[in-house]
Amino acid sequence: MITESVAIKGIRQGLLVTLGEGEWSSLLTALEAQLTENPTFFSGGRMAIDVGDRRLIPSQIEAMRSLVAHHEVELWALVSGNAETQAEARGAGLVTELAPTRDHQPPVEGGDDPAGRAVVRQGTLRSGQSVRHPGHVVIIGDVNPGAEVVAGGSVVVWGRLRGLVHAGALGNEDAVICALDLAPTQLRIGGHFSRSPEEQRSRPVPEKASVVDGRIVAVPWPGE
Amino acid sequence: MAGRVVTITSGKGGVGKTTLTANLGAALAMRGQRVVVIDADVGLRNLDVMLGLENRIVYDLVDVIEGRCRLRQGLVRHKQLPELYLLPAAQTRDKSAVQPEDMVRICDELRGDHDIVLIDSPAGIEQGFRYAMEPADEIIIVTNPEVSAARDADRVIGLIEAEEKSPARLVINRLEPSMVSKGHMLGVADVVELLAIDLIGVVPEDSNALIAANRGQPLALSNNRSRAGHAFHNIAGRLLGEEVPFEPLREPRVFERLLRFVSPERS
Ligand SMILES: Nc1ncnc2c1ncn2[C@@H]1O[C@H](COP(=O)(O)OP(=O)(O)OP(=O)(O)O)[C@@H](O)[C@H]1O
Ligand SMILES: [Mg+2]
Repeated sequence: MITESVAIKGIRQGLLVTLGEGEWSSLLTALEAQLTENPTFFSGGRMAIDVGDRRLIPSQIEAMRSLVAHHEVELWALVSGNAETQAEARGAGLVTELAPTRDHQPPVEGGDDPAGRAVVRQGTLRSGQSVRHPGHVVIIGDVNPGAEVVAGGSVVVWGRLRGLVHAGALGNEDAVICALDLAPTQLRIGGHFSRSPEEQRSRPVPEKASVVDGRIVAVPWPGE
Repeated sequence: MAGRVVTITSGKGGVGKTTLTANLGAALAMRGQRVVVIDADVGLRNLDVMLGLENRIVYDLVDVIEGRCRLRQGLVRHKQLPELYLLPAAQTRDKSAVQPEDMVRICDELRGDHDIVLIDSPAGIEQGFRYAMEPADEIIIVTNPEVSAARDADRVIGLIEAEEKSPARLVINRLEPSMVSKGHMLGVADVVELLAIDLIGVVPEDSNALIAANRGQPLALSNNRSRAGHAFHNIAGRLLGEEVPFEPLREPRVFERLLRFVSPERS
């Protein structure tokens, strides 16, 4: 999830996009391309953008906000080393400092491939909360109804999965979803989706869901 | 020892916060605690009615905040329980009249002369929730055993955790065991498993609750106690650190679902 100048990663409050070296207009074009290519990953999320030390004027900030809004993404924070840019961002109602990432959610480096990196989140993911990350996501705890996990890679829930999980949201149909108790409101892998029927189940077993012959199938995990 | 501030809140409205505040206030005062209950539902006050103190109100919370009276003058003493006081909400103002700092200042002042301050929070997660939460040392979440109320409670617990407030404890109100055994309602175990916080009480559905509220006589005050009144006293005991056992539960589970993937549609 990286072009040379637009880096995207998942943070506690949503996604953080870092705009690196390069011409402003071509950076925006690169960002727009990312948003257009991966609508299911971005849509409905919140984004913070780090513009480095650039001096931005209000019209540039507004243009950036409407660019992402066009893809159903809310720009909520603008990070910059430039004091004037910070002041303009605050004037536009944006947050300019991100709360320090919590200790329990450190990105685990998985080599240079950003899609290979995982985030680990400890604790119950509750209704209204979401985790969005271009790499893999590990939840140590339950994912409750009304909570949402959207990952570019695979998702492992060491707990009960009752919310919505979208793995392979950047188009990777080889992604899998594992949970100790797989009872989601809905699962999506790549472009496929399925929901669980409303039947009773006596005792949950760990399961792994993946795409087999064009549909999502769950099997006991670990398998035979 | 300085008094504790306990905020009573919920996600969904109408689940019984005010009923719990009135009854818990009464039950604690009956145990000799010096109690103040604050009606933080500015604009929609009704804790005064439930406590039968409506006709004694002279000043209110906003009068105290805006300096029209001293805090002590704003407190209304209960008719039967001399150690129970009410700080009523303003009826003709809205929630923008109260800032989180105001609540902190008022509670800090009350801590000196009282053992427990209970705050009855407004419904929702807007401004009223913020100012009711700010001074809290402890939080009680009220929910009903139904799916939408539990999900809204979950949302609120998430917000509380994000602010790194001390963990909240749970009251399940309006439980109807017959509805649970028919599978029409979530059971206690279902709700606790979902919300993953400590349970401090289970209050049964009780038609006397409404009558009591209208008469301004909380069930907890009555001598021949109803089951709900009994439950409120148990919560008061647990809040004071007593070991009060829970009634054993026999209920089937409705949350478990069979997972079979049958709808291979493309989104
Ligand atoms: N255990 C109970 N059994 C039967 N009725 C109850 C019980 N608890 C509360 N009620 C009724 O439910 C209604 C709502 O209660 P209450 O006003 O305490 O809720 P609330 O959470 O304070 O509402 P709001 O969010 O509007 O402030 C009232 O009519 C009350 O009498
Ligand atoms: Mg109320």
